[in-house]
Amino acid sequence: MTAATDTDGLPPTRRSLIQTLELDTRLLGMIGAFLVLCIVFDIVTDGRFLTPRNVFNLTIQTVSVAIMATGMVFIIVCRHIDLSVGALLATCSASMAMIQTDILPSALGLGLGHPSIWIITILAGLIVGALIGAFHGWLVGYLTIPAFIVTLGGLLIWRNVGWYLTDGQTIGPLDETFRMLGGTNGTLGVQASWIVGLLAAGFAVFAIISGRRRKSAHGFAVKPVWAEALMIAVAVSAILGFVAILNAYEVPTRRLARMFEARGEVMPEGYTEGYGIPISVLVLIVVAIGMTVIARNTRFGRYIFATGGNPDAAELSGINTRMLTVKIFALMGALCALSAVVASARLANHGNDIGTLDELRVIAAAVIGGTALSGGVGTIYGAILGALVMQSLQSGMAMVGVDAPLQNIVVGTVLVAAVLIDIIYRRRARDTS
Amino acid sequence: MKFINVLATAVLGAGIAVSAAAQTVGVSWSNFQEERWKTDEAAIKGALEAAGASYISTDAQSSASKQLSDIESLIAQGADALIVLAQDSQAIGPAIQAAADEGIPVVGYDRLIEDSRAFYLTFDNIEVGRMQARAVFDAMPKGNYVMIKGSATDPNADFLRGGQQEILQAAIDAGDVKIVGEAYTDGWLPANAQRNMEQILTAQDNKVDAVVASNDGTAGGVVAALTAQGMDGIPVSGQDGDHAALNRVAKGTQTVSVWKDARELGKAAGEIAVALAGGAKLADVKGSSAWTSPGGTALQALFLAPLPVTKDNLTDVVDAGWIATDKLCQGVSNGPAPCN
Repeated sequence: MTAATDTDGLPPTRRSLIQTLELDTRLLGMIGAFLVLCIVFDIVTDGRFLTPRNVFNLTIQTVSVAIMATGMVFIIVCRHIDLSVGALLATCSASMAMIQTDILPSALGLGLGHPSIWIITILAGLIVGALIGAFHGWLVGYLTIPAFIVTLGGLLIWRNVGWYLTDGQTIGPLDETFRMLGGTNGTLGVQASWIVGLLAAGFAVFAIISGRRRKSAHGFAVKPVWAEALMIAVAVSAILGFVAILNAYEVPTRRLARMFEARGEVMPEGYTEGYGIPISVLVLIVVAIGMTVIARNTRFGRYIFATGGNPDAAELSGINTRMLTVKIFALMGALCALSAVVASARLANHGNDIGTLDELRVIAAAVIGGTALSGGVGTIYGAILGALVMQSLQSGMAMVGVDAPLQNIVVGTVLVAAVLIDIIYRRRARDTS
Repeated sequence: MKFINVLATAVLGAGIAVSAAAQTVGVSWSNFQEERWKTDEAAIKGALEAAGASYISTDAQSSASKQLSDIESLIAQGADALIVLAQDSQAIGPAIQAAADEGIPVVGYDRLIEDSRAFYLTFDNIEVGRMQARAVFDAMPKGNYVMIKGSATDPNADFLRGGQQEILQAAIDAGDVKIVGEAYTDGWLPANAQRNMEQILTAQDNKVDAVVASNDGTAGGVVAALTAQGMDGIPVSGQDGDHAALNRVAKGTQTVSVWKDARELGKAAGEIAVALAGGAKLADVKGSSAWTSPGGTALQALFLAPLPVTKDNLTDVVDAGWIATDKLCQGVSNGPAPCN
């Protein structure tokens, strides 16, 4: 290791920029691949792919799968798999649709549009999702049925429970406040988006600086100041740039006119307004931060990675791996419910086909994002980036006009290729160390 | 056929009148895996080419959520008008909203979109039912009728049944026609239609004079049940212009197959989309009328008239290139034209 040779007083070996910045080369590779993908699509579509509008669409379209992918990371890290997430999403969505359009307004007499409907609905949905997930976890952890089988059964069961609950009918329109979580119908607006962006940037700066302080307080080697400054600059400009792009997408004039009309006002001439950050994207960001904190800074998270790395050793060292399995599946279930909120709110309806094949997209996102099926390895940001890559591929190919069968062939090829590259990378990393 | 041509020319006229600059029409298919949409696509492309507009398309692969993303993408690509085969008539709502926000007109293709801002273009399913009953009634004005309906979960099944009833009502009131059996066909499956028909024949002691079946698949099941009892040849209706059904018409075991020519539908859709992209109002579309959906949505709609194919006009489907003569006349000797 270079760090060791430095302290031994030997002549320091020349360190590359990436090493100095202490960047994860895997992550860099993925971001690089993603950027190349975006630029290629942008060129092929005559600059339509990287417009604020399409970036806005892409982020919204990614949210549902990305939320579930963060949970799938924990599942796969623990050497399990969950094939039932799409079906579970459908059941959660169906129960939430019935709660908000039928049970709460009619049976409990709250009336349609009551301000507390959305929150009760979401809480109920999260409970349903977490309970079903916990049940899966119990079957896997305590009854030792392989997760593949439990969730394969779950895939059939929950998709059709959703069907049975609604008689296969599309239920909607959903509650108005609830629909704000879907994307286009609920954005922060320009001003609030800047505030959120600045807060996030401030937090990133604080995190980097305090991380450096903590390291040097414990006597660890720290990066040069210029490297830290560069990291801060990159983080801040990425966050603010993202906010600026979302703010640059203007609400269509007709939509604005209708909003003014609904309020009984007349729209001033030449009035424009940006969309800003969609609430659903904010939900994803909160989930991502929460899950990353769980993974890195909690005992629960360390147990997950320890169990994934070596289940027997983890169990012998006193970790209750059975209960851990119940917990991670319950967490997965709750995240499915959250995805169901976003997905059904986006459609403004619960449809019987909601979440179909999402299990494959979610697993693919986690795997493209570097989660190893052999367990023990995986990151939350990788999974989200994986979801983003998948969605960009799909939406970009739809934009270019690639035939439907070819689109799926490409996505399948990318999935396998991504894992191959990952394996090669890991092997080389192991050989060089 | 003539009626359709007149309609199509009228629509084409409207198209030419308003189209000026090169336009882009985006088509969002719900599931291109189904074979039939290839025919529609070719017709839409043809109509757009004729009007100098370009064609872009996406396939939702049976997912309502993907269709929403697809339509957002079509709008982002600068589509001036959209033709949408909706996967879900309600969940398509946000997509129609997005199009309306941009001032992009939407033509709901073949499947209803429950939104008054979308134009609705389809074949007249009630008229299909009327045509089925009319052809059977002409062949058998008196007697015991059996009604083999479509799938109970498909609203079209009841539209068809409603049209059939309109034609038969007078004869039923007069006591000439008696409906002795009636059954829905689960999933429109021929095997279920056959089973239902067998049960009705058993219950009625084979005293059945005519069968109004709602499509060619169910008609196939009905004819199989009739053949088993040596009763084939009594009037049977159908729809879709299935090749096997047209062959039965030539053979004389089926009376009528009401044919909805997908190419007429596609052509009309392309022309309407170009006209709307050129700034025409929904109500300006020639031949269209205000219509209220069963769900209570007021829409502007154009219903194309289907073509009842009987032994008298089998030549038409061959001329239209829908079926080859040898396929139509397989096993038929001395049948109606062109099988003689």
